[in-house]
Amino acid sequence: MSTGTMSTGSTRTGTPVVRADNLVKTYPGGVTALNGLALTVEAGTVLGLLGPNGAGKSTTVKILTTLARPDSGTATVAGHDVLRHPGRVRRAIGVVAQKSGADPAATGRENLVLQGRLYGLRGRELNRRVDELLERFVLTDAARRMVKEYSGGMRRRLDVALGLVHRPEVLFLDEPTTGLDPEARTAMWDEITRLAGDEGLTILLTTHYLEEADRLAERIAIVDRGRIVVEGTPDALKGELRGDAVHLELRADGDRAALTAVLAGLAGLHDLAVDGRRVSVRADDGAAAVPVLLAALERAGAAVAAATVARPSLDDVYLRYAGRRFSEAEAEAQADSAGAGTPVQATAGGAR
Amino acid sequence: MSTETLAHTWYMTQRQLMAIVRQPIFLLISLIQPVIWLFLFGNLFKRVVELGGFGTTTYLDYLVPGIVVMSALGSSMWAGMGTLEEIERGTLNRFLTTPVSRSALMNANVVQNGISTACQSVIIVLLGLLGGARYPGGAGGLIVLVAASILLGTVFGALSNALGMLVRERESIIGINTFLLLPLTFLSSAFMAPAQMPSWMAAIADFNPVNWAMVAGRSALAADPDWGDVLTRGGALLALAVVAVWLSTRTFRSYQKSV
Repeated sequence: MSTGTMSTGSTRTGTPVVRADNLVKTYPGGVTALNGLALTVEAGTVLGLLGPNGAGKSTTVKILTTLARPDSGTATVAGHDVLRHPGRVRRAIGVVAQKSGADPAATGRENLVLQGRLYGLRGRELNRRVDELLERFVLTDAARRMVKEYSGGMRRRLDVALGLVHRPEVLFLDEPTTGLDPEARTAMWDEITRLAGDEGLTILLTTHYLEEADRLAERIAIVDRGRIVVEGTPDALKGELRGDAVHLELRADGDRAALTAVLAGLAGLHDLAVDGRRVSVRADDGAAAVPVLLAALERAGAAVAAATVARPSLDDVYLRYAGRRFSEAEAEAQADSAGAGTPVQATAGGAR
Repeated sequence: MSTETLAHTWYMTQRQLMAIVRQPIFLLISLIQPVIWLFLFGNLFKRVVELGGFGTTTYLDYLVPGIVVMSALGSSMWAGMGTLEEIERGTLNRFLTTPVSRSALMNANVVQNGISTACQSVIIVLLGLLGGARYPGGAGGLIVLVAASILLGTVFGALSNALGMLVRERESIIGINTFLLLPLTFLSSAFMAPAQMPSWMAAIADFNPVNWAMVAGRSALAADPDWGDVLTRGGALLALAVVAVWLSTRTFRSYQKSV
């Protein structure tokens, strides 16, 4: 596993609209959220920031949207330095945060009108823009209803509309579909595709859904432990992995060193990873590799409970570059945050 | 203050006021509560005025300013709960990513609290009038009373907001408020003339900001107002309000750094 940032895929030609260099952020209590994170988003493209909870995605978004300050490092958005000219950055960006943020005690329309006013829209221009957004996000009928009566999908659509009131140059979408039912999620995906395609908006999207990144983002940056471990187009990332993924599940925890020694000698296999009961390996021809693997493991005294062969997926990409499985990283992040209690988590903990 | 800050302050205040107006049950309760106090304490202590030192022969005359100030305290000290909710819901962060004037966000809390307290105070004064209370000090006296309760509301509203941003726990706000409300009320001249209090209690009450608001209001409402009392207590409240707002602004800045 490499520790540096790798780039793979097509050569970059566009102009960077979002650029972050060497961002470091440590929260009180010693939790390192960002550890030298660097990224760029080119004009009119969607960058998917993919990683488990706690990887540093939200902290990155908070810094780029002027909410938080990095301990060190620099970032520019739409040509403005986030630390030196936060006001200019704020005028250029639209933000859809993880938490809704819409005022539940106001109507959808009132939320939009207030948001527009904060960006200096007034009178007829403001009304026209609000009507336009209500219609576009299928909220016209609900415009005069309190947001607290909205469904999850309606609320999320309103959130996106709020982020677009002032026609921003760059849109930040922080986990836009978390908590949505499948139908609302698909609708949101279509909307994001439309924003990126027809309107040429530059979008930075964070997600912990592999399929979401795969579907929406032109380029994906995988975040793990506060830094980008690899970056490229979804196809290029998957193409980097030679051959099929073979996943084996053992009946009992295997001895890592012994299994590695046995399997490393086999021909046509690479990227071997042994983790408890799970053995993952890449093979040029997955189907042909299975009997060879089974035989070798049986000789080593490790009984196999299940074997699967799969074409490369983003999960495999994650495993390859982060050195662990996505679900494991997710579980670890949860365990970490339960113990450490960053300010953000303390808030959530105190709430419920 | 720039015109932009003023405009933003008004938008934010408007938003908060609309949210309050749209809670009919909350409005009803905050209206019924002073009625109960006026009726309950008005009857319970009706005859204490006979002890003397109340400056009036009708207990209700004495009681109304006490209830006005007590209600200002009681409603303002929960301001932090609203702020906390806005933080948890992500509303505050949404505003912070827009070009909204930072001071407008804090100003709106103060202005909204002031307007709410003023409305509540005027309603209680009118209810008292309905119940037969008389205000010899007239309009001038009533204005002082309402201003004093606005200042007191500002003090406790700002402190409550600071607490909400600092501890970010509902339980802490509830705990501190329940702990403070009764001692602050009873260690004041709300129900009993200082002349009839044990001397140590009257001495403590002298340092109680809640009492300052009551003394200022009552003095101004008297037939022959003691403007010295009004100015000293009013001035002390104003100074305290400035300190409390400064403190909550500082806490807001540290919140912005902790996001």
